[in-house]
Amino acid sequence: MAELLQYTFFQHALAATVLVGIVCGLVGTYIVARRMVFISGGITHASFGGLGLAWYLGFPPIAGAALFSVLSALGIHCLSRRQRVREDSLIGIFWSAGMAIGILFIYLTPGYAPDLISYLFGNVLTVTRPQIWLIFGFCCVTLLFFVLFYRPLFYTAFDREYARTHTFPGYVPEIGVTLLIALTIVLSLKLAGIILILSYLTIPQAIASLFSKDFKRQLWISPVVCVFVSVTGLFLSALLNIPSGAVIVVCLLLVFAALWLLRLLKPSAR
Amino acid sequence: MGTLLELKQVTAGYDGDPVLRNVSFCVEELDFVGITGPNGGGKTTLLKVILGLLKPSGGTVAFSVPRRDLFGYLPQQNTFDKQFPLTVEDVVLSGLLSEKGIWKRYTRDDRSRAGALLEQYGLGSYRNTPIGELSGGQAQRAFLCRAVIASPRVLVLDEPTTYVDAGFEREFYDLLPALNRKHTILMVSHDWDAIRSYGKTVLRVDREVQEIHV
Repeated sequence: MAELLQYTFFQHALAATVLVGIVCGLVGTYIVARRMVFISGGITHASFGGLGLAWYLGFPPIAGAALFSVLSALGIHCLSRRQRVREDSLIGIFWSAGMAIGILFIYLTPGYAPDLISYLFGNVLTVTRPQIWLIFGFCCVTLLFFVLFYRPLFYTAFDREYARTHTFPGYVPEIGVTLLIALTIVLSLKLAGIILILSYLTIPQAIASLFSKDFKRQLWISPVVCVFVSVTGLFLSALLNIPSGAVIVVCLLLVFAALWLLRLLKPSAR
Repeated sequence: MGTLLELKQVTAGYDGDPVLRNVSFCVEELDFVGITGPNGGGKTTLLKVILGLLKPSGGTVAFSVPRRDLFGYLPQQNTFDKQFPLTVEDVVLSGLLSEKGIWKRYTRDDRSRAGALLEQYGLGSYRNTPIGELSGGQAQRAFLCRAVIASPRVLVLDEPTTYVDAGFEREFYDLLPALNRKHTILMVSHDWDAIRSYGKTVLRVDREVQEIHV
């Protein structure tokens, strides 16, 4: 294992795994508490449209994914608030439209697109130093956002109508967290890929909820779990020479299943 | 005693379809306004207009003090997510949302206020319990603590005893006279006996508002 740490590409992968683990742990806690998992799935798949379009136009795919991700997140948020279209219908529309646009532009681009495969399934070993600095900056912004806003954020999420009776500007943290969700998804694509990213945003939170029903505690348990299990999965994948994204998800699942069973077997939990 | 809020010729509804038409009335300080009427008559719409959750398509709603300091709101019991990871204390403290805004942290005094209220309403030992683990009556008491913690001038109760057991219903009605000594109360209810017993002003809402003398 010590030998692995001598390789620069593995150092980068380790740094990215830790940083993405912190971000996914924090943002995922909000996503699960607000029951926004399906929305996150919609945003994730919509980002594929941006990947395809950017690839076709010759721009960095991650920039296209970020643009589509942010626009779809804001689109679902704003259009469903106006209550003209049902939120689940909007998610379905953005989900399928993103995938369709992505497939279309990849088909139209001459040649093979091997790099796009890493965005679908993730390949953290290809993360570069500038990308790590980008994720580090985003991690700092996310931490700061949750430190400053966690209280109004969760209270507004719990009872939006009540917050509005206090003329509380609930849209400030809501729009902020919507952008964070979109960018978290994009910056996590290298680690987990479009197909697997939802596991990073839900399983650590499911594990945290086995320990505590208090969002303040979940906010630190979830990132700790996400980082610890992801790093374990990364080392395992490198040692066994199998895809890191899938190994990390399987590790998360195994930890969840083991803790859930232990909790069932504990006499006080019955 | 002064007028706290006044509705003048208010028309309100959804998607251009008016549910309330030309509604006018005043709410005086420490009044107890019982609001009753048939389903779909506009009781909840009226509360939404007063609380600022629905913009009227016509008429005006005037307040004698800033609206953010005016209301404590107890919504219907069935509207909250029982899986949401909030403790009972967090729920009560969320009643200080407008006082604290986005930046201010809770002080020891805020937590003492929440603790004292929870003790007063028999929930002292549930402070750190997840809100979803309380029974219907206990949850409603926790939401009542949230509604009163900021000492609002007006307490708005939207069918407060629906979805709770008969024991809590009696207990809740026993609290009303003491609450009315501190707060003006607007209560929507189908329970005619309660409206008649506690209401100083009784309004029947069926598209229009009619004051009933009981």
